[in-house]
Amino acid sequence: MSPRRVVIRNQSAEANLFARRAFIAFTGVVLVVLILFGNIYSLQVESFEKYQTRSNSNRIKILPVAPNRGLIYDRNGVLLADNKPVYSLEVIAEDVDNIKASIIEVSKLLNITPERQSKFFKSMKQKRRFKPVELHSHLSDQQVALFSVNQHKYPGLFVNARLKRYYPFSDLTTHNLGYVARINPKDAKKLALAGKSENYAATYGIGKLGIERYYEDILHGSIGHQEVEINNQGRVIRTLNYTPPVPGKDLILTLDIELQMIAKRALSGKRGAIVAMDPRTGGILAMYSNPSYDGNLFVHGISNTNYNKLRNSKDSPFVNRSIQGYPPASTVKPFLALTGLEENIVTASTEVYDPGWYQLNGLPNKYRDWKPWGHGMVNLTKAIEQSCNIYFYDLAFKLGITKISNMMERFGFGDYTGIDIHEESKAIMPSVAWKRARYNQPWFTGETLSVGIGQSFWTVTPLQLAQALTTLVNRGERKIPHLLKAKSELIIEGNGNAYHQLTPITYEPRAPLKLKEDSHWEVVLNAMHNTAQKPTATAYAPFKGSQYDASGKTGSAQVARRKQGEKYDAKTTSENKRDNAMFIAFAPYDKPEIVVTVAIENVAKGGGSTNAGPVVRQIMDQYFGDRVITRQAHKAKPIVDSAIKTIPQEAD
Amino acid sequence: MRTTGQDQKKVYNLSQRLHVDVPLLIGILLLLALGLFIVYSASGQETAIVYRKARSIGVALFGMFIVAQIPPLVYRKWAVPVFVLGLLMLVSVLLFGHVGKGAQRWLDLGFIKFQPSEIMKLIVPIMIAWYVSQENLPVKISTVILAFILVLLPTLLIAKQPDLGTSLLIASSGIFVIFLAGASWRLIGVCVGLASAFVPILWMFLMKDYQKQRVLTFLNPEQDPLGSGYHIIQSKIAIGSGGLEGKGWLKGTQSQLEFLPERHTDFIFSVFSEEFGLIGVAVLLTLYLFVVMRGLWIAVNAQHAFTKLLAGSLTLTFFVYVFVNIGMVSGLLPVVGVPLPLVSYGGTSMVTLMLGFGILMAISTHRRFHV
Repeated sequence: MSPRRVVIRNQSAEANLFARRAFIAFTGVVLVVLILFGNIYSLQVESFEKYQTRSNSNRIKILPVAPNRGLIYDRNGVLLADNKPVYSLEVIAEDVDNIKASIIEVSKLLNITPERQSKFFKSMKQKRRFKPVELHSHLSDQQVALFSVNQHKYPGLFVNARLKRYYPFSDLTTHNLGYVARINPKDAKKLALAGKSENYAATYGIGKLGIERYYEDILHGSIGHQEVEINNQGRVIRTLNYTPPVPGKDLILTLDIELQMIAKRALSGKRGAIVAMDPRTGGILAMYSNPSYDGNLFVHGISNTNYNKLRNSKDSPFVNRSIQGYPPASTVKPFLALTGLEENIVTASTEVYDPGWYQLNGLPNKYRDWKPWGHGMVNLTKAIEQSCNIYFYDLAFKLGITKISNMMERFGFGDYTGIDIHEESKAIMPSVAWKRARYNQPWFTGETLSVGIGQSFWTVTPLQLAQALTTLVNRGERKIPHLLKAKSELIIEGNGNAYHQLTPITYEPRAPLKLKEDSHWEVVLNAMHNTAQKPTATAYAPFKGSQYDASGKTGSAQVARRKQGEKYDAKTTSENKRDNAMFIAFAPYDKPEIVVTVAIENVAKGGGSTNAGPVVRQIMDQYFGDRVITRQAHKAKPIVDSAIKTIPQEAD
Repeated sequence: MRTTGQDQKKVYNLSQRLHVDVPLLIGILLLLALGLFIVYSASGQETAIVYRKARSIGVALFGMFIVAQIPPLVYRKWAVPVFVLGLLMLVSVLLFGHVGKGAQRWLDLGFIKFQPSEIMKLIVPIMIAWYVSQENLPVKISTVILAFILVLLPTLLIAKQPDLGTSLLIASSGIFVIFLAGASWRLIGVCVGLASAFVPILWMFLMKDYQKQRVLTFLNPEQDPLGSGYHIIQSKIAIGSGGLEGKGWLKGTQSQLEFLPERHTDFIFSVFSEEFGLIGVAVLLTLYLFVVMRGLWIAVNAQHAFTKLLAGSLTLTFFVYVFVNIGMVSGLLPVVGVPLPLVSYGGTSMVTLMLGFGILMAISTHRRFHV
């Protein structure tokens, strides 16, 4: 390449030149090192805090930890709502290569229904990134085992354990407790509006009905937090910090589950409701509506088939009949009698002649008594004992609708009782204003006569009846019907001791119903006592042989309108148009401990006494410990306070 | 003191006979040892990787020792044929090369696969040093121009593979020779001008899309924090969060929790900075500076223009590795695949570097015998 020639080299000049250039190069190197170092210095010293924060937010994640929901007990410490571990199969779509194939394959393996699969794909569409979606909400032990063995084949799928609500008494308590079910978008919106979203970040379900809904805030507890270190895959490496959740408070109800069982048995095969209440407190001892349904179905997410079956049933199991309106019929006669006394329309001795019918002046319509030939001369006490319609037509006519509805409203008819569940109906206490608002029609006097025997537009809930009866037996002292007896909170002391602190709930009494004359109470109550105790009276048969000195009043409510003079025969009337049987009772007569109201729909034969009476009898027999379930076993159970202390609790 | 002096003399003679430059060796060994520790941490404490690195260190040290035994003037004799052979190999890589990771770098000879571009890192400075040392220094303009062409040929062939990092290193090794040979400052100025003019051509015709993307990402990494900017952002977070003292060995969260990409190869400096902090960085840079100082010392004391230029170029190219790697992981330069010399995991480039150090040692120890 280059010419071969002898070069006479100036060695020292070359060396000097090279040394100069090498020195320049070295200076350059030092300069560059200083630049590099300066840059690192600015990153590590000047921007240290910024990068430290970013490094921490890279690796530290705060995971919410759901609090354990408070448990629910009956008045004797029997567990009514429990938390049970369940295993769900969940999918993080971002971690799955072929989502469709994986789901189909795992569904075949675990026998997951196509319905669940399509539900999964539907919710897949509206999920957030890296958020797990549920494929199956409650795997069986066998499914869990089968999946665990094959888990390596399905990256992105995992089994999640959580506590879910379980109601050991199934349909027996559903109408009272309601149930907990998955938080739906509507619930989530409501929580967000109330500023509770954060507290529910890890929570799966929310109370949908009954006690679970009413006391949601108490039962839920407060969220805990787990500060974890994650890697770049988002996988948890270790826990750095843990703030435990505060579990929800346990609730002790006024319900007596054994009485509730009797109520269910007494109503078996019938549509109807029972309310048993302690008039001294307003505490509900039993409240059962038949037919009922299993709330556990909803906890797991009810299948469409099951849901439709329940919804389309002609027996409407979803309806809580104890807080829905029924025509009260003759059960309200004692309250009307009291109104007559209070308004000075009648006295205890005022007599009315009953020929078997009642006719308004100048009108052709005859209002009939249930006894075709009439009761003859009837005073207030006899009118109640015999449930004489003519006496009450006359009384209602003389009172007028306004005085009646005013007084009935003071007993709480036509308004919420204030019981601690939200599904309650106000029912209807008709008045002139009500009819104008509802039908835009004037009030007719004939309707007043019907109101006099608890018919017409008038409806009451069995609970309202129990409340009104409580006011009556308390001589005007009004109580708020309620299910919650006490709250129980787990207290953990500094030394690690844990115990349950029981806080009884006190209910402020309502303003009492004051009469002009206190003796009026006695007249009416005495009449009710007679009704159950006199062999000739209408409510005698059900209580024959009982030893707790009961008092009561029957009722047979006409459900369908009948033509003038039409004769009622249950056998020829279609089932849903047959009369309802009603009954109200309390015992013992002195210092009453229990009031019971019963409504039974569309009875095949007889009225309140023959259909609803035996039901009341069974409840009272159970309550007073005569038979059926021995009271001994009941009493052997520790009282609420000590029973609660024995409930095992986990420290966290 | 006398005995110590005598001992030193004995060591000196022994090292001369073995052709080992002791200060350089100490610097290299310290960096290699540091590398082993960081690779252990950066690999997620995987001993297999550390073992493999230790094995390639052994191979590289052996290679260095062998090369050091060869009198440096031998390279001068073989410079031209070897250079021509190297160019032919680069051409054949482009024609029949083995494709890996979207780039053609490997030549499969049936019994061995190797990267001719790596060998060119040594051949190019030898060739250029030979060429410019034909005449008295400083170099003439005509020589400089021809030398430039000689540098450009392999550079472009390698850039075409594409391997921007290596072509950059090879270009610098040639340019360093020309600079050290005393190219006039005016000429340097013109070259810099021409180089800047070359940038748009490079951008439009030579750079592949992923390379362009790297440059764009470098200019604004936060634009796409989860995409291509991710590497640079995570690397800066790792370095910055190390602070003054670092998080401690094996305790870097960015690296241990795998937020850092390419942790034990190109981004190992980020792991080091995170775990050892600014103090560690100062120590590391001092070590590199020491190796560069020793290399330049050898160059200045070499007895021949060829060996001076060769030693100087090898030393400065070694420093280019350091500059480009640290510059890129700390966000000063775009991401080009250049490892942190002697520290990063990765055998090939380390072996080449060590062979270069072997040449340096030969130059340092053979001068008394072959003037």
